[in-house]
Amino acid sequence: MIQTHQLCLNYGSSQILKDINLTFKESGVTSIIGPNGAGKSSLLSLVCRLQKPSSGSVTLHGSNILQLDNAKLAKQLAILRQENHIVSRLTVEDLVCFGRFPYHQGRPSAADFEQINWAIELMELEEFKQRYINELSGGQRQRAYIAMVLAQQTDYLFLDEPLNNLDMKHSVNIMKTLRKAASEMKKSVILVMHDINFAASYSDEIIAMKHGEIIHQDTPENIMTNEVLSNIYDMPLKVEQIHGKSVCLYYL
Amino acid sequence: MQTNRLLLTPKMRLLIAAALALLTITLFMSFNVKASWEFTLMFRGKKLLTFLIVAFCISTATLLFQSMSNNRIITPAIMGFDALYMLIQTSLVFTLGAIQYAALNNYFKWAIEISILVVASSFLFQWLFIKKQFNLYLLILIGVVFGVLFRSFSSLMMRMIDPTEFGVLQDSLFASFNAADSYLLTISGVVVCLISGFIFRYHHQFDVMALGKPIATNLGINHADLTRASIVIITVLIGLSTSLVGPVTFFGLLVVNVAYIVCGTHLHRYLIPMSILTAIICLVGSDVLLQHVLHYNTKLSIIIEFIGGVFFLGLILRKKI
Repeated sequence: MIQTHQLCLNYGSSQILKDINLTFKESGVTSIIGPNGAGKSSLLSLVCRLQKPSSGSVTLHGSNILQLDNAKLAKQLAILRQENHIVSRLTVEDLVCFGRFPYHQGRPSAADFEQINWAIELMELEEFKQRYINELSGGQRQRAYIAMVLAQQTDYLFLDEPLNNLDMKHSVNIMKTLRKAASEMKKSVILVMHDINFAASYSDEIIAMKHGEIIHQDTPENIMTNEVLSNIYDMPLKVEQIHGKSVCLYYL
Repeated sequence: MQTNRLLLTPKMRLLIAAALALLTITLFMSFNVKASWEFTLMFRGKKLLTFLIVAFCISTATLLFQSMSNNRIITPAIMGFDALYMLIQTSLVFTLGAIQYAALNNYFKWAIEISILVVASSFLFQWLFIKKQFNLYLLILIGVVFGVLFRSFSSLMMRMIDPTEFGVLQDSLFASFNAADSYLLTISGVVVCLISGFIFRYHHQFDVMALGKPIATNLGINHADLTRASIVIITVLIGLSTSLVGPVTFFGLLVVNVAYIVCGTHLHRYLIPMSILTAIICLVGSDVLLQHVLHYNTKLSIIIEFIGGVFFLGLILRKKI
């Protein structure tokens, strides 16, 4: 179980995150939604020890993550950030192989390659296996990065806008894969999402953020109402029922 | 050509590079011997040792620096490490005077100079990178500014000391490949062994560090510790090479980028030896050229920079960068 305690982040005098107290479940899909600048990505960075908080702490099963052994932590939680820039010339296989680094420390075994191939197949990248990542399209590259963190086989998987650059087919595929991982392999998948309909259809729980604070933490059914959504995004939004599901046609 | 290259495994490429390096070394040691063999081997051997050590220092320092900063076009020289080394020597001569300076125990002197260098760069790093959480680029920028400051201080002091003392200083600052002191070679041997050991133990972590701080942290690397260790290693290597042959800036950039291209992998266990071998071929090869073709009508650094410049133009024209 991952918990945050009075987590704060300041840049100079501006407060990015204010006293966040959250509990991430041990399994299931959780989506974090909210307008730009709400502090979603910062929260993810702090929870995954990529950044140090100004005050407060994050605990994994009760112990502060900054005091845990980082090499062991890499087998328990994985994070993929929104933007990734790699200078090294890597093939897709090399990149996914890095996802197994916490286990093989530079010497991948046959078992590691099994996991690597599994992740590559899951992300439908077999034909690009030997291609350099800087020669891929944006969506293919995004899938390669997701394959890397999937290969890491952690209990907790944090993805910051995983559907960036992806077409409809791959977006749905990835959400289904993550859903399956959460239900069958009892993993906890935490996503930062912009498309509320995707978030509502695939999550067990939605966390809504605004101005650096958590304003809602609830089931998708309770979040998908006119008042709650309009309040989160500061615009009039209307939820409709299509095929028995709550859908918000925000683009109209 | 392209497909042929792809067929060679990194190990084979390394073997080819090693064979080429060996060939250049043999050429260097045995071509056109005029004096007795004993004298030639002694004389050239010492020079060769200097070449090998400098090749190791410059290429390893540049490669680690680039992996650490995730950037393939900067060199440690940009941080002003060599400028600080020169400032330390200048201030020693300035405060102690030439006679006192020359009388100092060589090992002691070197230890002091390197310690100051390591302490200064670690302090800068600890203070800005860990405490203030500045990013690496800001740290490098601050290094650039300090480099200029150090250079200006040295040249100010050089103008103030008397000409004889300046002579002593210049002698130690611009040591050439021909005149490396034996005490320095001994120190170098020890340092090279220690650092090789460290790299042999941790080379796989550098592969991950090159992916950038967020991904490296996610994959379980203790980024702050590894960066701190890298800064110390780079500082010591640059200090060593500067004390052996003076500042060589462009060279590291050249060999490391050649290594990236010919190595065909991102793994440091191949990249490091490949860049060292490239450096050896370049240095020793240029010197053979200088001795036997150009008859010392120019300087080694000019040949290196000429080859480097042509190589880079080629890279840009073929859009490999």
